[in-house]
Amino acid sequence: MKLHFDVPGDDLSLAGKASSELKKALGRLGIDPVTIKRTAVAMYEAEINMVIHAHGGSADAEIGPAGIDIRLQDSGPGIPDLDMAMQEGYSTAPEAARELGFGAGMGLPNMKRNADDLRIESTVGVGTTVTIRITLPGSTTKAP
Amino acid sequence: MKVSDIIQTLDGTLLTGDANLDAEISSACGADLMSDVMAFVKDHVVLLTGLVNPQAIRTAEMMDIKVIVFVRGKTVTKDMIDEATSNGMTLVATRFSMFIACGKLYEAGIRSGGMRERY
Repeated sequence: MKLHFDVPGDDLSLAGKASSELKKALGRLGIDPVTIKRTAVAMYEAEINMVIHAHGGSADAEIGPAGIDIRLQDSGPGIPDLDMAMQEGYSTAPEAARELGFGAGMGLPNMKRNADDLRIESTVGVGTTVTIRITLPGSTTKAP
Repeated sequence: MKVSDIIQTLDGTLLTGDANLDAEISSACGADLMSDVMAFVKDHVVLLTGLVNPQAIRTAEMMDIKVIVFVRGKTVTKDMIDEATSNGMTLVATRFSMFIACGKLYEAGIRSGGMRERY
């Protein structure tokens, strides 16, 4: 099953809508609640990041027998120092992010904690692609 | 402690329907930073927050949190109430500050909260 979401960057009140829709879709598929929660949190943090840093983008989710693959793509400013960005507490988020309840440098660590595999490809001035893999319980398939 | 007891303890106003009033709550999380909520929260939890926006509702949705208490007498929009209702959540408003609201719930018997597994 494949799902595509456009993540608008100009309306902050919509930030997180795509993750909410994915979570509901996973619930309808009967996936176990712990896996759903991990998926939802990882994607939600990525979606919020995309809105506050990159003026939106797109998200694609593919749900298969072995796991859930989510790919979030934006054409934002990119991440100059990924190692720094992965550190808890490090943030370059604008004030608007804090008004949303985010922007304190916990997003990427939360994504890493919940994903079975997290890949971030980023080029300054070009954009960022975040790939999240969640393995379904009972699946022995390794992350690619 | 039941959700109805929480409302009574906090002299709160129920903003949504009465769906979860008999639900049992065993722990609480007081936070305005939603990433912290997602990092620490356990099950059967009430979220206390001063953050009044749709992301508070969505964060609770991601974490399967069914009850949110908005502290410091903040006003919640109709859109938030509608979104919470469609997700089967209960929203409560209290005029107490975060500190006092958490203290009152602790005193009333909620003693559990999320804790970091490691630094």
